[in-house]
Amino acid sequence: MYAFDFVKPSSLDEAVAALADEGAQPLSGGQTLLASMKQRLNAPEKLVSLRAIPELQGVRREGDTLVVGAATTHARVTTEAAADYPGLAALAGQIGDPAVRNLGTIGGSLANNDPSACYPAAVLGSGATVATNRRKIAADDFFAGMFTTVLEEGEIITAVHFPIPQRAAYAKFQQPASRFALTAAYVAQFADGVRVAITGASEGGVFRWSEAEAALSADFRPEAVAGLKAPAEGMIGDLHGTPEYRAHLVGVMTRRAVAAAR
Amino acid sequence: MPKDGGIGASTKRREDNRFLTGNGRYTDDINLRGQAYVHFLRSDVAHGRIKGIDTSAAEAMPGVIRIFTAADFSAAGGLPCGWQVTDRFGQPMQEPKHPILAEGKVRHVGDPICGIVAETLEQARDAAEAIEVDIEELPAVIDMAKALEDGSVKVHDDLTSNLCYDWGFVEENREAVDEAFARAAHVVSVDLVNNRLCANPMETRVAIGDYDPWNDQHTLYTTSQNPHVIRLLMGAFVLSLPEHKLRVVAPDVGGGFGSKIYHYAEEAFCTQAAKWLKRPVKWASTRSEAFLSDAHARDHISRIELALDADHNFTAIRSTTLANMGAYLSTFAPSIPTWLHGTLMAGPYKTPLVYVNVRAVFTNTVAVDAYRGAGRPEATFQLERVIDQAARELGVDPVELRRKNFIKPDQFPYQTPVALEYDSGNFDATLDKALQLSDYANIDKRVAEAASRGKLRGIGMSQYIEACGIAPSNLVGQLGARAGLYETATVRVNATGSISVLTGCHSHGQGHETSFPQIVADMIGIDASQIDLVHGDTANTPMGMGTYGSRSIAVGGSALVKATNKIIDKAKKIAAHLLEASPEDIELKDGKFSVAGTDKSVEWAAVTLAAYVPHNYPLEDLEPGLEETSFYDPNNFTFPSGCYICEVEVDPETGKVDIVNFTAADDFGVVINPMIVEGQVHGGLAQGIGQAMTENCVYDENGQLLSGSFMDYTMPRADDVPSFTVDHSQFTHCTHNPLGAKGCGEAGAIGSPPAVVNAVIDAMHRGGLTHVRHIDMPVTPSRVWAAMQN
Repeated sequence: MYAFDFVKPSSLDEAVAALADEGAQPLSGGQTLLASMKQRLNAPEKLVSLRAIPELQGVRREGDTLVVGAATTHARVTTEAAADYPGLAALAGQIGDPAVRNLGTIGGSLANNDPSACYPAAVLGSGATVATNRRKIAADDFFAGMFTTVLEEGEIITAVHFPIPQRAAYAKFQQPASRFALTAAYVAQFADGVRVAITGASEGGVFRWSEAEAALSADFRPEAVAGLKAPAEGMIGDLHGTPEYRAHLVGVMTRRAVAAAR
Repeated sequence: MPKDGGIGASTKRREDNRFLTGNGRYTDDINLRGQAYVHFLRSDVAHGRIKGIDTSAAEAMPGVIRIFTAADFSAAGGLPCGWQVTDRFGQPMQEPKHPILAEGKVRHVGDPICGIVAETLEQARDAAEAIEVDIEELPAVIDMAKALEDGSVKVHDDLTSNLCYDWGFVEENREAVDEAFARAAHVVSVDLVNNRLCANPMETRVAIGDYDPWNDQHTLYTTSQNPHVIRLLMGAFVLSLPEHKLRVVAPDVGGGFGSKIYHYAEEAFCTQAAKWLKRPVKWASTRSEAFLSDAHARDHISRIELALDADHNFTAIRSTTLANMGAYLSTFAPSIPTWLHGTLMAGPYKTPLVYVNVRAVFTNTVAVDAYRGAGRPEATFQLERVIDQAARELGVDPVELRRKNFIKPDQFPYQTPVALEYDSGNFDATLDKALQLSDYANIDKRVAEAASRGKLRGIGMSQYIEACGIAPSNLVGQLGARAGLYETATVRVNATGSISVLTGCHSHGQGHETSFPQIVADMIGIDASQIDLVHGDTANTPMGMGTYGSRSIAVGGSALVKATNKIIDKAKKIAAHLLEASPEDIELKDGKFSVAGTDKSVEWAAVTLAAYVPHNYPLEDLEPGLEETSFYDPNNFTFPSGCYICEVEVDPETGKVDIVNFTAADDFGVVINPMIVEGQVHGGLAQGIGQAMTENCVYDENGQLLSGSFMDYTMPRADDVPSFTVDHSQFTHCTHNPLGAKGCGEAGAIGSPPAVVNAVIDAMHRGGLTHVRHIDMPVTPSRVWAAMQN
């Protein structure tokens, strides 16, 4: 790890000001950033911690929406979202291990947009809105490919607004070493239709499986998607699975998510 | 039985008090006054010619003390190889130099080029980034078969090829085996891979060199399984330091599994640099470095063939293997695919003819050496896979096919066709025990129940025998070992009766600090809490060969029995003097010496006090004091054996395998501490299951390690393994050592991989997927799924 400065502002305005400095990077839970810094793969001159800003913390219900502060840990979402949005809470409870869940945050996960991360599937699958210090971004517009989002320099995620579906579930097949998603499906049924988001599988990062959405909107049963096959083209191939295997798992995990949805 | 446990007592591990409370003292916990830190600049290409190294900018950086390159070590020897294999034409193996720092060429990703010593580790790492190394990249040789092709790029320019040796065993049987195959009623063969592994002990390697110029004394603190071996190898062959000027200390060591047997470059570097700089020099491996510099393991590609007669008797076995040595020969590397592998190819079966051919190959990868089991897992995997395949092709019960070919209990001692003489065993007994404990008879019901849940269930077995308790020195000398393999013990009885046991073995997870005192407590009849074990420091222990190959109790424990018997003999003479009786009439029981047939007795502590305060003592006949040393050189290997049965469920949609039951019935001979033995089996099984199901060390074609962190190298976790059923009631005595003990450390890793794979293949067949003949390890979900598709 290289030497760096560290600040921990207590308001969003102070954080935005601190991030204006050359070489400054925001730090949330640090579960990816700190590991890459230890390997000297990332060298911020200044880390601006977002963990002491009250308005970025917590889970609260606003009508039919669940609002999760960007710096809320996975562990808090696991417990505090359980009553209002059990599908989301269950997903948060499957991220990493207890140490990761007690430090990692939803905002950090989304800004990093790891193609195998869990949260992007919930956000895209729920049709959530990502709020920042500058604007509100629909989930369909937020993710821009592997490790890429539409966030701009100095833009900080403040909260994620989840419309609460009628039922939802996350079915995750773990990459055996990292225990990220080798392939996972998030399925959410709303009054106006079904959304299906797939993570871990595509070289383009999280994506919506539109064929499955159409089939499930008509008939929300696992059998409705039994005949669908995702194409292997564009899927990730690595030590843990070929593109064909991941494409196959897209179907399996989608069916399992539908079966588990409540 | 002594109050707190002699032989056979499940005494709690005393060392766990400090380990479990965070109070262990590991090498990295040692910080010496004035200590500097070294960081190694390592090659990021697999193969290349070093055209130049410019350290000028780096040397000017803050905190940099000195930067060393190969040129600084021109007077030092290369890291020695401890075993010379002779090929099947009678020629010695090709043995390249293994320099401390890369000379002329880099030969694997991670090959150290420069050692940067600085005031702090971060300063050393900063300076490393300012070093300019001009490397002309060369094509990397990764695939073993391609490495042996004519015209292949050579890893070592001064060798004739990438072939280290072409070994045949028993070479005289080669034609007879071929003829047996030609005559056979049935021939079955399986092509298989024994996957490359990284040991990954919890504690990474650390070395600290220290030098005292006033006494010309070197000290190396290091994470080693065998400090005396390091002193011998590094002192004699690398740095030309005589033993009395070199002390090697291996304090608490957080796991080794073989990877900490070897003498590594970083140890020699730190020892020498400390003298040059007149400051202690410390190196601590990161986990990333460990993947690139710790010896790897296994990495065999094999064809195993079994010939049977019309009655299904095994008539011959032929095994043909390519074994990866990596870029350099690690300390014991050449012996693993040969003498620790070929000699086990008879297994527990009375196959009359065996021929094993192994070609060892240099590649641009990290050196490969022993890891828990070392050669014996590779042999067992071949045998137990091909026998299962034979049973399937012949349509017979795999249990009965094995049983029919077992060496029977009345046939011991049994001379195998591959040099070993098994002293004892009862394979039917462990098989029967495992069948009973696993409820093998009712597998069909469980398969049907699993099918109702949509799961494919299967059961697989493995019957192993291994050779450990290494080793008879005269024999291994004939086979090419450049060291003896005896073990030592000193029993130092103190004046008030407490005892310090000094051993050349080393405990790094095995629980010696508990089990060794149990032996002495049992023999003398005093409380084990009166006895401590001292190990890990060449300054205060007798020269022994360390801990590996499941040897510590069988060899080190036997040395301890011998030394304790000397103590008892002398103590009886002292007691006889005190009791005014003849030594022949003295009996020792429960820590008390008595005159047979009388009520005259004297306590242990009174005798030991007399030895050190010899006022009333036969000084004319007996020296004062009570301290004895024994060297024990075994006259045979020991042969643990057993039967493992694994039951799995496969998710047909994803290919994921869950082990639902695992039964291990082992014959370890006499067991000193059953709880510790059970723990050793659990650990071995977890590592064997890791090899079978999750672990895989993979290079790409350019020699980059794809599995270079725990994000991609899958260590087995608690939820990957079931709750094991372990039994060691069906034991036979080792007939040639005084304890009757055989050793237990490696068995779990040896016997389990074929049981797992056999179970998975069985599940496929029971599920109607009869086209699935073999799946290479690790049987990951994606591989199982792919096999199911074809």
